[in-house]
Amino acid sequence: MTQIPESKQKVKFYQTGTFTVGNRLLDAEQRTVQATMDRSNSLDSGHRACQGCGEALGARFAIDAAMRATNNQLIAANATGCLEVFTTPYPETAWSIPWIHSLFGNAAAVASGIAAAMKATGRDDVRVIAQGGDGGTTDIGFGCLSGMFDRNDDVLYICYDNEAYMNTGVQRSSATPGAARTATTMPVGEDPGNAFNTGKSVPLIAMAHMIPYVATASVHDLQDLEYKVTKAMQVRGARYIEIFVPCPLGWGSVPGDTVKIARLAVESGMYPLFEAEDGEVTGVTKIRRQVPVGDYLKTQRRFAHVLKPDNAHQLAQLQAVADRNIKRFSLTTPEEA
Amino acid sequence: MLKQVEGSHAVAEAVGLCRPQVISAYPITPQTHIVEDLGAMVKSGEIKGCEFLLVESEFGALSACIGSSAAGARSYTATSSQGMLFMMEAVYNASGMGLPIVMTVGNRAIGAPINIWNDWGDSMSARDAGWIQLFAESNQQSVDVHIQAFKLAEQLSMPVMVCMDGFILTHSYTRVDIPTQEQVDQFLPPFSPRQVLDPASPLSMGAMVGPEAFTEVRYLAHHKQQEALDLIPKQAAEFEAIFGRDSGGLIKKWDSDGAETVVLTMGSVIGTMKEVLAGMREDGHSIGAITLRSFRPFPTAVLREALKDAKRVIVFEKSLAVGMGGILSMNVRMALQDHPLKVHSVIGGLGGRPITRANLRRMFEKGLRGELEEPHFHDINMDIVNREIEREKSQWKSGSTAENILQDIGVVAAAKTI
Amino acid sequence: MPSETVVQQKPFAITLDVGSSLLNKTGTWRTQRPVYLDRLPPCNAGCPAGENIQAWLGFAEEGDYEGAWRQIMDDNPLPATMGRVCYHPCEGACNRVKLDDAVGINSVERFLGDQALKYDWKMAAGSSTGKKVMILGAGPAGLSAAYHLARKGHAVTIYESSPQAGGMIRYGIPKYRMPREKLRAEIARIEEMGVTIELNTRIDDVMQAKEQGGFDAVFLGIGAQLPKRIDIDQEGDTPMFDAVEVLRDTEVENLTKLRGRVLVYGGGNTAMDVARTSVRLGALQTTVIVVESREDMPAHEFEVHEAIEEGADIVNLRSIREIRGNSVTLEFMVPGEGRWPQPTGQFETVEADVIVQALGQNIETDFLERIDGLEVRDGIVQVDRGMMTGCEGVFAGGDMVPSQRTVTTAIGHGKKAARNIDAFLRGERYLPAEKHEIVDFDKLNTWYYTDAPRTVRPMLDVVRRQSGFAEVVGDLDENNAQYEARRCMSCGNCFECDNCYGVCPDNAVTKLGPGKRFEFKYDYCKGCAVCATECPCGAIKMVAEAI
Repeated sequence: MTQIPESKQKVKFYQTGTFTVGNRLLDAEQRTVQATMDRSNSLDSGHRACQGCGEALGARFAIDAAMRATNNQLIAANATGCLEVFTTPYPETAWSIPWIHSLFGNAAAVASGIAAAMKATGRDDVRVIAQGGDGGTTDIGFGCLSGMFDRNDDVLYICYDNEAYMNTGVQRSSATPGAARTATTMPVGEDPGNAFNTGKSVPLIAMAHMIPYVATASVHDLQDLEYKVTKAMQVRGARYIEIFVPCPLGWGSVPGDTVKIARLAVESGMYPLFEAEDGEVTGVTKIRRQVPVGDYLKTQRRFAHVLKPDNAHQLAQLQAVADRNIKRFSLTTPEEA
Repeated sequence: MLKQVEGSHAVAEAVGLCRPQVISAYPITPQTHIVEDLGAMVKSGEIKGCEFLLVESEFGALSACIGSSAAGARSYTATSSQGMLFMMEAVYNASGMGLPIVMTVGNRAIGAPINIWNDWGDSMSARDAGWIQLFAESNQQSVDVHIQAFKLAEQLSMPVMVCMDGFILTHSYTRVDIPTQEQVDQFLPPFSPRQVLDPASPLSMGAMVGPEAFTEVRYLAHHKQQEALDLIPKQAAEFEAIFGRDSGGLIKKWDSDGAETVVLTMGSVIGTMKEVLAGMREDGHSIGAITLRSFRPFPTAVLREALKDAKRVIVFEKSLAVGMGGILSMNVRMALQDHPLKVHSVIGGLGGRPITRANLRRMFEKGLRGELEEPHFHDINMDIVNREIEREKSQWKSGSTAENILQDIGVVAAAKTI
Repeated sequence: MPSETVVQQKPFAITLDVGSSLLNKTGTWRTQRPVYLDRLPPCNAGCPAGENIQAWLGFAEEGDYEGAWRQIMDDNPLPATMGRVCYHPCEGACNRVKLDDAVGINSVERFLGDQALKYDWKMAAGSSTGKKVMILGAGPAGLSAAYHLARKGHAVTIYESSPQAGGMIRYGIPKYRMPREKLRAEIARIEEMGVTIELNTRIDDVMQAKEQGGFDAVFLGIGAQLPKRIDIDQEGDTPMFDAVEVLRDTEVENLTKLRGRVLVYGGGNTAMDVARTSVRLGALQTTVIVVESREDMPAHEFEVHEAIEEGADIVNLRSIREIRGNSVTLEFMVPGEGRWPQPTGQFETVEADVIVQALGQNIETDFLERIDGLEVRDGIVQVDRGMMTGCEGVFAGGDMVPSQRTVTTAIGHGKKAARNIDAFLRGERYLPAEKHEIVDFDKLNTWYYTDAPRTVRPMLDVVRRQSGFAEVVGDLDENNAQYEARRCMSCGNCFECDNCYGVCPDNAVTKLGPGKRFEFKYDYCKGCAVCATECPCGAIKMVAEAI
């Protein structure tokens, strides 16, 4: 197993594509998993995700990293949802790892069972991941998730957050942001789109369980994402990582903009990247080039109404959400040397 | 070894002897004592190599077993009533994926009105879920059936539900012969899964199957249950060879051969019933009984053969398909279609209503006279029912039916005077 | 477990074997496909010497300084020199300007040039072709042509009228900008390739010299050496010099001309050179009279800045009207419509002990006009696209042909002429490779590059600059040079950052291994374009699929 990372890799003098997937100037072992020619491609070609699917990308990023961190001793349990449907329609599976789909709301419990089986049968080296979308995690699977946290089962739960129920046709979930258009929060009436002051932060709730590790990540920052997955796999007990994965279909965005939108979400403060250990925030990924939320919103039709003059109050509300994140997690204050 | 123990404890010991590797537990009456005892046995080291998961719900309980079974661990849980309904999505899922989980159901009525006592409403709600459902008649048989259940489940790669009447079996202290570990090990080999989540040979379980193959998948599940019809008696014979007891099989005959009237039932009620029937035979009636030990698969052929000479069947069951009638009787009628005998449907013991020798004899005699209405609700107080029906007709807001009934029978009035 | 009831090992349809999705060729979904391409980086496009800057920065990034140097040497034989005297239009074009600051290309080039001198890296001449080429002028154009011809295996003789080789680099650029030992060493390296330089040799009859020497071709690179002078109404004997003369004298250590109050007339780089030389020689006061405004004056901003820093006064929007003894009358100018300032009729007077005209140079054309077919128009020698004059086999380049008159342009001309001469000697025509489209900033995705402010080259303390000819701009050390090289964004050309390979949601990119770049798996590529959007350097293009 690889060394426990002391802190996130900080590359200071490798300007050439420092934040790219690979960097030929770095030593091989410092490069990302995705840069290696022998990465496991846990989620392989031929899957049926839409063009530019952020979830497909995030899942390969995360699982490949976990594979490397566990020396390929990995089993995954998957909640019902896009990720399950587009990867395993009979007769084809795109997974190259041992993988099980049971139900929409029980991925965490299934994973707990797998972890228990590994312990009972003396195969502690085999590690377990549960994964699902935000609906399967923050809503229907929340009970099992909380139970898994509560028992501190040796499971890493990864939530691929695309902020709505996409598989069923883009309905609101408790991860849908204010003002966003979904099929159940249409942009009509006085406050078009999803209501403000609703929803929940599962990362913060996870922290309240005092589990050893909680983190948020985004498909636009692979190095950060891999660092967090790797760190998570080097800890025993219940862990939670939420990965921000834009959905071109559900958000009404250009497929080629998937990574860019994730970047704008983070750089605007709409999606804070942080990590927490034993209930305390221990690290934040600073915003490198801050942008106003409008830059993020204008890439997506689900927010089109927000940018109309009539709805300036919604734009202000969303900016306030970003500002609050920035303040709460100190996203723009310079890092201490 | 003979012990005077609670049924739940006997079952816990039996499960422990089966060397379970993952047990998930969530409390619900009346199965709770089983998992409590198992928890203590795991913690004390009496059961070795076993993980005991205290889950957050029945849905989590069975889901954890789905994971552990798929990962190659012998997995067990227990539930009752509302808990069964709460896990229902996982119940179907476990069988759909062919995972050999064993689950005890301490049979209990389903609310509302909430009721903790025995009937088969919970097991019957899962009758089409693709599980094998074995019904135990006694605590001894509960012990024995659990041991056979693991072997059956694992051979077929299909989950098995062991149904035992709540309180009547789970909470009763009786003398039980607890087998030795050697006997159980001889009968039950270690779990060797047909499919397993293993990094050494990865596979994807739980694929999405569309119209092009769904029918075939369902047919294969059905086919597997038909295979169980052969396997269950075979294992019962193997069991008898090792343990010296006839304690399994598809059906059990209680002096039914040659009887004109055969009472057909499941579970613990046969204990009371067999004494009643013995008395009636002494009085010259040609009457015997058959218990179904396997409700799923339904032993159609065996049952037809066993009833070929009977003139009348009285099906006694603790379950009701509201708006239709008896569930067991429906199954029996389907099995006996084109058979000339008369099938009576009797529904009794709902929500723990006592079934006594006296009221059973009255009912059987009525049956022998051909006077059982269709379906017959055993020991029902029609005065109360009729009063409530009248009340509902006359008043739009007639109040809570349950409270009204309690008032009618005087319980509430009595409570108020205390 | 042996069992007679086995239906199948794994449940039909519900459990699937790995690798099966590869049967699903999702490439059929595609309406557009990504393609890899190389675009022309603006630095390369902007380099008059035609250096492949990005390529050599690439080597330098990896610490392969010799590789980087050899890449420069493909185009420019004088990196240590050019790393000092080039006005680096590459940096002006650099896309990084829009992010923080241009890559310090010039300083890295200097570092590499100095490394070569330090470690004595050499270039080999090509195997002999038996052809001989005569070159007139050992300035940058001539040296460049000679070097490139030698690499092609041609025998080269340079005739130089001055006592030293280097042309305007030696005689026009002060030592504080161009230490002579570096220049000498770089010229010596060319000579070691077999190039002969005949100093103090003036050729008056080119065609006769060609004939006598048995040369197969000629390259003219004599530069523009004649000072342009303006007639100023002068009474009295205040000395008036030309910039070229002053700088040349300084080079030969005849330092007596600049003293007292020095007035330099002109707004170009040469004027700045004179002013800064004047400061160094101890002039009491150095004033530069510039007709143009500060914004419009042709000298580079850094030259002006450094001159002021060292104590020179720059007086803009003045022209010299008349000189009476030590009194010089200046007329105020206003910026005109067509940029050229217009007189106002208002005057002021300043005192001067020495006046230096720094208003540009002309070409010596008398002897050239004797060459049959060679055309001189407006005092400038005309050449075709292959740098050949109207006379077959006689080529020309540098300041004497239409050009920007910079050292770098001259280097480029030398190379271009050499390629054409080589083709001419083989009876062929040189066809330059087609240029790729230039990649502009909008095609980059700069988020992937670290914020990395430009390394400021160490500057010599002002006091020391005022009192001597030590080199003003210091060296980058290795760390700084590498840091600077690594600021390069590799605009338009794949630098194997693995982004496309990483960000493809369909795993539809094959990584071919170090140096081999990538390949698209069109069987699976759905055409989402994430790779193109996320390519940091704009080396992927989306192309519509044919219907």
